[in-house]
Amino acid sequence: MATTEAYRITERRRVTMTGAEATAEAMRQIHPDVVAAYPITPQTDIVMRFARFVADGVVQTEFVPVESEHSALSAVVGASAAGARAMTATSGPGFALMHEILYVAAGYRLPIVMPVANRALSGPINIHGDHSDTMGSRDAGWIHLYAENAQEAYDDLIQAVRIAEHPEVRVPVLVGQDGFIITHGMEIVEVLTDDEVRAFVGEYRPERYLLDVDHPMTVGALALQNSYFEVKRQLAEAVRRSARIIADVGEEFGRLTGRYYGLTEPYRMEDAELVIVAIGSTAGTAKDVIDELRGRGVKAGLVKVRVFRPFPARNLRDLLGRARAVAVLDRADSYAGLGGPLFAETKAALYGLPQAPVMTGYVYGLGGRDITPEMIAAVYDDLGQLAERARADHAAVAAEAALSVRYLGVRER
Amino acid sequence: MPTLKELARRPNPLTGGHSACAGCGFPQAVRLVLMSIEEPVVVAGATGCMEVTTTTYPNTAWTVPFIHNAFENAAATISGVEAAYRALRRQGKIDREIRFVAFGGDGGTYDIGLQSLSGAVERGHRFLYVCYDNQAYMNTGIQRSSATPYGASTTTSPAGEAVPGKLQRRKDLTAILAAHGIPYVAQSTIAHWQDLTRKVRRAMEVDGPAFINVLAPCRLGWGTDPAMTVRMAELAAETCAWPLFEVDHGQWHVTYVPKQKLPVEEYLRPQERFRHVFQDKSGQLLAAIQRDVDEQWEALLAKAGQAVDGKAASRA
Ligand SMILES: Cc1ncc(C[n+]2csc(CCOP(=O)(O)OP(=O)(O)O)c2C)c(N)n1
Ligand code: SF4
Repeated sequence: MATTEAYRITERRRVTMTGAEATAEAMRQIHPDVVAAYPITPQTDIVMRFARFVADGVVQTEFVPVESEHSALSAVVGASAAGARAMTATSGPGFALMHEILYVAAGYRLPIVMPVANRALSGPINIHGDHSDTMGSRDAGWIHLYAENAQEAYDDLIQAVRIAEHPEVRVPVLVGQDGFIITHGMEIVEVLTDDEVRAFVGEYRPERYLLDVDHPMTVGALALQNSYFEVKRQLAEAVRRSARIIADVGEEFGRLTGRYYGLTEPYRMEDAELVIVAIGSTAGTAKDVIDELRGRGVKAGLVKVRVFRPFPARNLRDLLGRARAVAVLDRADSYAGLGGPLFAETKAALYGLPQAPVMTGYVYGLGGRDITPEMIAAVYDDLGQLAERARADHAAVAAEAALSVRYLGVRER
Repeated sequence: MPTLKELARRPNPLTGGHSACAGCGFPQAVRLVLMSIEEPVVVAGATGCMEVTTTTYPNTAWTVPFIHNAFENAAATISGVEAAYRALRRQGKIDREIRFVAFGGDGGTYDIGLQSLSGAVERGHRFLYVCYDNQAYMNTGIQRSSATPYGASTTTSPAGEAVPGKLQRRKDLTAILAAHGIPYVAQSTIAHWQDLTRKVRRAMEVDGPAFINVLAPCRLGWGTDPAMTVRMAELAAETCAWPLFEVDHGQWHVTYVPKQKLPVEEYLRPQERFRHVFQDKSGQLLAAIQRDVDEQWEALLAKAGQAVDGKAASRA
């Protein structure tokens, strides 16, 4: 078919694309059996493009344009249990509407892959990017990957299929990308060939599935006090185990593309004293600021957290153990909790280290509020002062900083 | 059309040993529906009495593939299963003819699951949705649903001094499904096995979504003798409180017209949930219920183009 040919990629290309476009392209190349979806900004751009692929006969995927996100994930659970490679995509309120079924998908150990265009949650309604959506369901049992840019959104989605379907994992994977900033920002993305992607993800061969009618199975039985806990314990074990698989898949992907992926990505951390920990596109901004500060002799560094579940506690301990002061940036608030989710968990990861750095948390960028290089530079300034103060009385300064959460870039009056 | 003997020889999709109450109506609905289908089936079920009593891990009463997802999404779930079937069949990974059935109670169908059901049938998936209607949320302890009939006492619409049970009419879900313009919609009961099995066969023939609403009395919620379950379903049809009909490609047919329409009292009297109706000496509540039943029955006959005098022929 002529149209099919027009879409086919037979040589690697560097193309200008948005994150949404890159995601749709990855979905085309992965070629899932079933995609169910419901529109929501800023995710819509992904499924609109995918629906176009279906309409043009470029993919043979069954596309199910459902009547809500709740049904999108419900249908994907049905399709995945039936034996299909199944995907959906969503954002913010759509993700929240799926909340109940997120647990079902994970509890049933279905290897579903879902791009999420991270978006704020109402009220007030806001369509822009923050991490309140996925962080709000961080305990649903899904593996969380977060992309820094369109390239990673593309690369992560392809790897997510392998991670989710790995026989030792079988856990659904979500791939977050910052709404608008990544989904709608134009970048240069290197796109693999269709054959490379197909070979990398391989064919999906479920062991047991509903459509195998000669071997009937019951999926989603009622589990009472005598079995429910074991199911969830096994899920925890699988998510924990996935750390190694994620690293292996990231390594294999690196051999193919030259782009290697791990649970975390250290940036100029060899001798870093003042360190920011962040997720998503903000990490890219921080890298630029670090280069600039390094030019002025500031020993600044960054740890980008790519994988939030399983939480890379050991990596963080190894990377941050020698820093003097650490700032954790959260694009989601926990409203008078002990900081945003990333801050709270990073602190917990470092607990008990004899030389733990002083740590402080920042909430920023809610509802798509800009985070500028100046703001990030100001955080490194704060860290410098904090480290100085800690020289005099480390214990007292560290204790106080651990409880302090600052709001970056918000009008306080 | 299978005979009763043939039906009885079919493999049992739902084995004994499930934990539904003795005399419960839904197992009958499940068996009659699934045993009428000759092709292999995959079944989805909503949360409710059916699901919790048939799938208590590590046991399952289902001998056919079965999936339970949540309370409100049996229709969305089966639409995903059916989409997977279409995809895998097109790829040549499956070469069998397989059929798809979803079951939900009235709560999971008339109320919280209505959106998912409406969406799934609108999209035209080829599956049969069966509502086993016992007219309340039984699994959580007999609360009113929008399927609960006028005047019935439930734990969230209890009959008291000031309020005589449920104040609203039962939602006409079958008509709502018919309004979707899908190929086949019907209403039957667990007592009318021939009527029900014929309707299931018809639902399997049509190319697209089908819906059957099956009255499946709950002896606990209705407060009836376990031995009376089938009789209660019969009485529902004899009094026209639960008419049997079908809407086949838009054509309405009443499939059972009682030779002599019994007064609704005969159906209500054995049920504890209507006890207060008979304690009301004024008889006003009973009269209101009768009026409601008559009105709805006549409206149905008119829609089906059948005579109001009850002389029209039964198709069943
Ligand atoms: C989202 C959600 N809300 C509420 C419930 C609680 N719940 C479980 S079963 C049920 C009632 C089921 O009633 P129905 O669908 O009529 O089936 P029945 O129990 O009568 O067979 C309810 C309310 C639930 N499981 N999920
Ligand atoms: S409570 Fe009613 S519906 Fe539930 S198992 Fe018992 S009889 Fe059946």
